[in-house]
Amino acid sequence: MSLNIALLGNPNTGKTSIFNKLTGLSQKVGNYPGITVEKKKGICKLSNTTKAHIIDLPGTYSLNASSIDESVVIELLLNKNNKDYPNVAVVVADVENLKRNLLLFTQVKDLGIPTMLLINMSDQMKRKGITIDIPMLEAKLNTRIALVSIRENKGLDLLKELLINYRELSVKPTIKFEDIDQHYFDHLKNTFPDQQLYKLWLLITQDINFAKIERKKIIDSIDFKTQSERNLKKLQQKETVKRYQFINNILKNTLVIDKESATDFRSKLDRILIHKFWGYVIFFLILMTIFQSIFDWSSIPQDFIDSTFASLSEQLKIRLPEGVFTSLLSEGIIPGLGGIIIFIPQIAFLFLFISILEETGYMSRVVFLMDRGLRRFGLNGKSVIPLISGTACAIPAVMATRNIENWKERLITILVTPFTTCSARLPVYAILIALVIPQGSFLGLNYQGLMLMFLYLVGFGMALISAWILSKTLNIKSKSYFVVEMPNYKLPLLRNIGITVWEKTKTFITEAGKIILAISILLWILASNGPGKDFSEAEQIVKSNHKQLNGDALSNKINSHKLEHSYIGILGKSIEPLISPLGYDWKIGIALISSFAAREVFIGTLATIYSVESNAEETIKNRMASEVRADGKPLFDLASGISLMFFYAFAMQCMSTLAIVKKETNSWKWPMIQLVGMTLLAYFVAFLTYQILS
Amino acid sequence: MIPLDQLPKGKLAVIEDIDSDQLPLKLIEMGCLPGNKVSLIQKAPLNDPLYLKIDESHLAIRKESAQHIFVRLSK
Repeated sequence: MSLNIALLGNPNTGKTSIFNKLTGLSQKVGNYPGITVEKKKGICKLSNTTKAHIIDLPGTYSLNASSIDESVVIELLLNKNNKDYPNVAVVVADVENLKRNLLLFTQVKDLGIPTMLLINMSDQMKRKGITIDIPMLEAKLNTRIALVSIRENKGLDLLKELLINYRELSVKPTIKFEDIDQHYFDHLKNTFPDQQLYKLWLLITQDINFAKIERKKIIDSIDFKTQSERNLKKLQQKETVKRYQFINNILKNTLVIDKESATDFRSKLDRILIHKFWGYVIFFLILMTIFQSIFDWSSIPQDFIDSTFASLSEQLKIRLPEGVFTSLLSEGIIPGLGGIIIFIPQIAFLFLFISILEETGYMSRVVFLMDRGLRRFGLNGKSVIPLISGTACAIPAVMATRNIENWKERLITILVTPFTTCSARLPVYAILIALVIPQGSFLGLNYQGLMLMFLYLVGFGMALISAWILSKTLNIKSKSYFVVEMPNYKLPLLRNIGITVWEKTKTFITEAGKIILAISILLWILASNGPGKDFSEAEQIVKSNHKQLNGDALSNKINSHKLEHSYIGILGKSIEPLISPLGYDWKIGIALISSFAAREVFIGTLATIYSVESNAEETIKNRMASEVRADGKPLFDLASGISLMFFYAFAMQCMSTLAIVKKETNSWKWPMIQLVGMTLLAYFVAFLTYQILS
Repeated sequence: MIPLDQLPKGKLAVIEDIDSDQLPLKLIEMGCLPGNKVSLIQKAPLNDPLYLKIDESHLAIRKESAQHIFVRLSK
């Protein structure tokens, strides 16, 4: 036998821990069609004969959705034809917020789905002085209850047993809708006698995508929707009151909380962590520690990845027979893959920290501290998480905006996140800084370090400024809702963190990976083909012009000549008039174009153009330093170097980010605005910088 | 009766009335209903947002929402 189980519950109830415990590594994370809300499914063997497909639905406080994540829940529960439609629903409740959690329980049960209750974190009961009369609560709610503790590994057997016998669960509704508004609901029932009342009610009140036709039929045929939105909301409120009356009546006799024994760990920690002054100091220190450790820890695996891929390329070139395929593999695909994998360490470390901050409950405090300040720029307290994540990679960061309920604030967050200094900009900054910023120090801080810090600040600063401009110019009306739960502080569960890091990293690899790879191959095609004799007869031309050269020096010279006359070289030359006011030549132009795969490709491209023998950074740097203009002055001087850094700071050079923005905003309009707006800004700033400094 | 944003820190009050047109349904569902207890735990700088305990939920809401919730101080 096989059955579908849906796990539902408020955020912070440990629902995902239950899911992780039940399914282990059999989990599959996919996307719901059309939107990027993660769909988590897994398999659990309930007994020797029963297999369960478990779906972990996004956390929600009620079936009245206020964000995309939440609307996914209702869409599944209302659609009996969906292949994931559950045979049984498990509502996960946190023992400390039983009352509020039961609101969702009554809603799910009213849909006529067999529903059981899972009370989680039962290990907290003694410490918090909570006693629950389970048999009586089961009787009054007309359901079965499993009391579970993941930390103590208790209650899971009972849970499985109850799930196997799900057919015994009652599907009787908990509240009577006629009590809310006799006239309205009688009318509704008489018009659609064969439909379930609560389902109809949800279809009328929710703005969800599900079954557009069915919904349209209901709404158009009668005047139920002619009730003004205000009246509908009044009814929803009455419904909520009704549900709480039902719940309060039950809990009065089944739940005892001995306030005396409740410890005030939360308030003690809160006093420091959200203190008006120390709260910010602590947040700042935490951020500094995170960044410091990310860069320290990931440099070792990154160097290893870098050299491994470089030597893999070399080996392939030597061992495979010469030809198009070898060249595609060693110069297109392998470097492309390397360009993706090199970012994994930083991204994994960053999400390790972010998930620890979220799991412990600290992130909500940061949201609380930052909301007022960020709101001034048209953002939301919740924008903090994307802005921090953006320092690793904009792709997961853009996806992290999903829990911002207000569309305008969410959109602005998505649009400005790519300004934050992502890890792909770092190698570019590093080499340019080493090249044009003098060594030496000011008040004990060295110039080069200061410049890097300055670039980070410029990134954040530009994100804020453009957010402010967007908030003033975007004409989107959306009510500003800000309701953030401040969960209890908890020790993070290692398993949850591991799984989060794994999933986020996988998202990066799959989302960014395929685009980076595709562009790498495209660039390889453009670089290894060219019109005319200069390309096809490069070898003879170079040999006759440079008779003294031989060996590596000769083949490097040939490659460089080829690149110059390849399609991409021609492209670089054709944009030279455009970029020379910024202080760049056509060679930098080529590097700028190839940066659209990923910014760090800049360095590798220059290495090829300058026909450098090795990919070692030191060699490339020295070669760049010796590059001169027509008048004999160095090409990379302070003016052009800083101009380039600003260009990389502001320009939208990441196709993968554009693709993810398209997905999240469901239109090409916003990524196009990003591409044009950011690139124009970059051009303008780089232009001014070069003109002033030179 | 005073608007919730004027509730002194640490004092306990009872919600008397809410202007539900101005409040998100989500807040109501999280327990912001007449008759429930409320206390102010902490204010962020510039007194916004507010960190509240409403019924048994610990929530942060903005001042503009709190102004539409009216409470009476408990003795």
